[in-house]
Amino acid sequence: MKEFTPAPDSASIVSVTDRVKPVTLGMGVTSAHFLGPRVAFAGAEEKVAFVDAKGEITSVAVHSGGILSTDSDGKRLIMGGDDGKVVSLDAKGEVTLLATDPKRRWIDAVALHPDGAYAWSAGKTATVKSGKTEEKSLDVPSTVGGLAFAPKGLRLAIAHYNGATLWFPNMEGSAEFLPWAGSHLGVTFSPDNKFLVTSMHESALHGWRLADNRHMRMTGYPGRVRSMSWSAGGKGLATSGADTVIIWPFASKDGPMGKEPAMLAPLQARVAVVACHPKNDILACGYSDGTVLMVRLEDGAEILVRRNGTPPVAAIAWNAKGTLLAFADENGDGGLLEL
Amino acid sequence: MSEATASKIPVTVLTGYLGAGKTTLLNRILSENHGKKYAVIVNEFGEIGIDNDLIIGADEEVFEMNNGCICCTVRGDLVRIMDGLMKRKGKFDAIIVETTGLADPAPVAQTFFVDEDVQKNARLDAVVTVADAKWLSDRLKDAPEAKNQIAFADVIVLNKTDLVTKAELAEVEARIRAINPYAKLHRTERCSVALADVLDRGAFDLDRILDIEPDFLNADDHDHDHDHHGHDHHHHDHGHGLKHYHDEDMQSLSLKTDKPLDPDVFMPWLQNLVQVEGGKILRSKGILAFHDDDDRYVFQGVHMMLEGNHQRKWKDGEPRQSRLVFIGRELPEELIRTGFESCIVS
Repeated sequence: MKEFTPAPDSASIVSVTDRVKPVTLGMGVTSAHFLGPRVAFAGAEEKVAFVDAKGEITSVAVHSGGILSTDSDGKRLIMGGDDGKVVSLDAKGEVTLLATDPKRRWIDAVALHPDGAYAWSAGKTATVKSGKTEEKSLDVPSTVGGLAFAPKGLRLAIAHYNGATLWFPNMEGSAEFLPWAGSHLGVTFSPDNKFLVTSMHESALHGWRLADNRHMRMTGYPGRVRSMSWSAGGKGLATSGADTVIIWPFASKDGPMGKEPAMLAPLQARVAVVACHPKNDILACGYSDGTVLMVRLEDGAEILVRRNGTPPVAAIAWNAKGTLLAFADENGDGGLLEL
Repeated sequence: MSEATASKIPVTVLTGYLGAGKTTLLNRILSENHGKKYAVIVNEFGEIGIDNDLIIGADEEVFEMNNGCICCTVRGDLVRIMDGLMKRKGKFDAIIVETTGLADPAPVAQTFFVDEDVQKNARLDAVVTVADAKWLSDRLKDAPEAKNQIAFADVIVLNKTDLVTKAELAEVEARIRAINPYAKLHRTERCSVALADVLDRGAFDLDRILDIEPDFLNADDHDHDHDHHGHDHHHHDHGHGLKHYHDEDMQSLSLKTDKPLDPDVFMPWLQNLVQVEGGKILRSKGILAFHDDDDRYVFQGVHMMLEGNHQRKWKDGEPRQSRLVFIGRELPEELIRTGFESCIVS
């Protein structure tokens, strides 16, 4: 199918495709992050491409190999590479080497704390560097799948096999293990610090309510969940992995326990990436067939941002104010939309 | 080979018991002038003397899938590494996964059956097992891992043949054949096998499951110099210079029929067989002739995982014969034979 087909019950879909400024990066892209006024597209290897509001591209060399992991706080982008290096890039385009693995192992995961602390992992070891204090490391039982800082305090969540570990790097012996069988690859705290959610190797999410470590199983996905995004205020967690955007409710104290998720924007393609608007109840999502939609959470109303017929969308991001949306597909063809 | 298969990156799994010569073979693959670039996933850094930024250390982390199937284990580290490697697509032509000497090859193979992302980008090419001609016979007695690696192999590189006598070589080959008569066997010194015999074999390509006859019945590399091993005469000779052994716990089982099979009986039977006995069945393969079906059906499996497809039309004059092969531990032979018989259209 080459043409976008509106859902049968909608007469036609609102389209803003003509307002998108096309961006051609000429490289494989894996993620997008706004740094100040520009969007930084992290390449599959070696480079980051900055794109300004006019669509002008400036590329910066950051790694001498594949870029395996990225995280950003809006001020800088931190990256881990298969060259064993942890590198940060600021809004001006300045590159700083933060750490080098002594054995040149892959840096599989990175995380950035709002106060400037950062963490990375190589193999089973997670390391945190905060301000002027020494680096602190923790070994978990198996290779680290993902890292995330808690929104409050210096606390790191480490996803690995058979569960996740919560760790206060400044408190000796503080590591707390949250068990759940399987391989946990991604991890995120809810913005209110009450829930921890992991994405698993199997097509499911797992959650823990941190007050009592009660489990939340979030299953039913046809594919692995690779993209998770908290909606404005943390009321819902939007996820990829199905042919609709799956949004789990987190507004109540029980989170999604015993509740059904919302399913929005169904297409004949797999949702590949999701990004919730930072202020309003809107999300943007990219699909495996190249489609990009904006979706209103309240009623599922859709706006077409990009038509299908290209490789899967690999990166999508809003700027902090929510006035600019950036996206790119796996081949580096993307766009900027000003709202 | 289909177009989709051709665009996927081939992955060769290199196994072998400690000291058999895996690293020697790996170094040869990497240093020989073949114009190809390999990404290599090794279990121990530093053993390879070649400078290559695509050598990745792995931890052989095996985990059980949460699907209630106990033998459904995958290599989680491989999933992660394949994901990372795909970011550098275009920088290498093929991938080699070296396992530790004590590893069971099944989780590696199963990773390619169950992981959607791995499957999208890569295809398992073959399991190549390097065996030590001098010590393998002993290891087959005391190390279940060594037996697994032989049973699982598509290609066996029987190395260090210069360190054994002809009789010892015949002995170890017979022991290998008792476990796995289907693998291609190459006798080498210092792993000097033609790389084309090891790489790009397509052993897991359904389109290439053409020939599941035992290797020694049709291979052209077997011993023809019967004149020279008169000293072997007191052994039970099987006509090919091979002694016949029966391995106590690892066997292969071959089934054949010229009568058509009923797909409505066969498919559920096979599914159920691997569900129930999959722990024992290491590898399975088959070419099938179904009743009222002009297409050949081919399948292969690793433990409980099966994949199969209609392959092509039966050719005119080609005997419509169904053949199945199982390699495994303590195979319930009678149960399998009777079950298979019941799938034949009467």
